[in-house]
Amino acid sequence: MSNDVAVLGVGMHPWGKWGKNFVTYGVHAARAALADADIPWTDVDLIVGGETVRNGYGGYVAGATFAQALGWNGARVATSYAACATGAQALDTARARILAGLCDVALVVGSDTTPKGFLAPNAGERWDDPDWLRFRLLGMTNPAYFALYARRRMDLYGATQADFAQVKVKNAKHGLANPNARYRKEVSVADVLGSAVVSDPLHLLDICATSDGAAAVVLTSVDYARKHGIAAPVRVKAVSTVTPTFPNTVMDMPNLSTDSSAVAGVPERTFKESIAHAAYEEAGIGPEDVSLAEVYDLSTALELDWIEDLALCKRGEAEALLRAGDTTIGGRIPVNPSGGLACFGEAVPAQALAQVCEVTWQLRGQATGRQVEGARVGITANQGLFGHGSSVLLSV
Amino acid sequence: MTQTSTPAIEGWFTTGDEPALIGSRCTACTTVFFPRTAGFCGNPACSGEEFEDVELSRRGRIWSYTDAQYQPPPPYVPTHAEGEAYVPFALAAVELAEGITVLGQVAAGYGVDDLRVGDEVEMVVETLYADETGDRLIWRWLPLNSGPVVELGQESDA
Ligand SMILES: [Zn+2]
Repeated sequence: MSNDVAVLGVGMHPWGKWGKNFVTYGVHAARAALADADIPWTDVDLIVGGETVRNGYGGYVAGATFAQALGWNGARVATSYAACATGAQALDTARARILAGLCDVALVVGSDTTPKGFLAPNAGERWDDPDWLRFRLLGMTNPAYFALYARRRMDLYGATQADFAQVKVKNAKHGLANPNARYRKEVSVADVLGSAVVSDPLHLLDICATSDGAAAVVLTSVDYARKHGIAAPVRVKAVSTVTPTFPNTVMDMPNLSTDSSAVAGVPERTFKESIAHAAYEEAGIGPEDVSLAEVYDLSTALELDWIEDLALCKRGEAEALLRAGDTTIGGRIPVNPSGGLACFGEAVPAQALAQVCEVTWQLRGQATGRQVEGARVGITANQGLFGHGSSVLLSV
Repeated sequence: MTQTSTPAIEGWFTTGDEPALIGSRCTACTTVFFPRTAGFCGNPACSGEEFEDVELSRRGRIWSYTDAQYQPPPPYVPTHAEGEAYVPFALAAVELAEGITVLGQVAAGYGVDDLRVGDEVEMVVETLYADETGDRLIWRWLPLNSGPVVELGQESDA
């Protein structure tokens, strides 16, 4: 019994700073995905929205907000929130109803409008909230966490700031021809190293921005796809949304400490490793079969961590892959052929879906100007606040 | 003058000659947590709900470190007087003998050049900022050696 579902349509609103309402972007992406699938909105029987937490009540009930904007069609509705993994969790909800036979056509939409600068916590004193306390007691920003991971790579594996810069150079090149990317400009190692240091060792150009953007995916049963005339659709083989296993011994944003390993012992896999491992296990596909990966490069150095977390190479070897050009399009295992967050900036509830859109285009051979030749299997990965993370594995 | 020095947050650390972070130890499975907890034991194999205070090791080893070259946004409280320039500060995540890693600012006067993964540090108490009640104190990590370089791969990657 196959647990596959078909990706019949994908669509995005270009990332940027457009100054519009998140609903506008979401509807744009939804209509693009429906047109791509050649399925009318009136045939959709489930809509799942990715919640945005910065846009009032309409954002909290994003699924219904998008449904109303598209015109109430009687579809069932759900809304998901899982930080950076929001889109994947929404996708998983749609997949589960399809596999249960409770739904034929599901539309999954994530959209966001984001503030300028650092993502700071909401106003008001909250002495029991680590996301507030980390700023108040430590001045610990998001880039500071990314910098901790980057520095470990330098002290443990001999990574250099030039390696991190090279990740940016690669991703900037990948994103040049991507019509949905916000930044489409070549960047040199000197540009990165010449930009201001935000949190040592990371420069401004090592760290991703925040963006407006929206992405949408139309999921159906494989049966429905066949009846719709698509015999070999891109298939979702796995959606991993696992939580950490105690003790989580890696310092995670926004925490001030880790769990203690003294009693329970250090777990077999770190949280990020376990996210990917669960996707591979569910799909019955191994890292050696992966053609490309879309990973959450909140910082350049984090892309190197992800390559290892996805078991695309051994721990400490990601710099060697990078330097050899293996992670560049045309190399052995291209990473972030879309240009990644480096070219997009982060639009939280849309980002995990954007990763799925890119992998779908790659597997269909439609990624004009950034195509990974012969791509058969693609994997996505991200991690967000409070035990959220996801990995989606797709194949043709 | 009624100005005093008080912790910026109640009950997270002791002050005095040998200050220490205060954690909670589960009375059922002995797992230690920081910050203190009064809820449920985080060990999935334990249903403990009772905790006793325990002082954490004052010394540990650097898991990683960085700094804040730009002034963090509120609720961070600026430490410099108006009109004066912002002074960057270093941050370190430190592994303690309790198997727990704890973030903290690095003691005043030290920067990333004084730090290295695996270096030993000691917990100290310094002033974080001042408000109408006086100095507000915070725990910080004081580098104990800035010489020896840790061998690559010496640290586990757990
Ligand atoms: Zn316990």
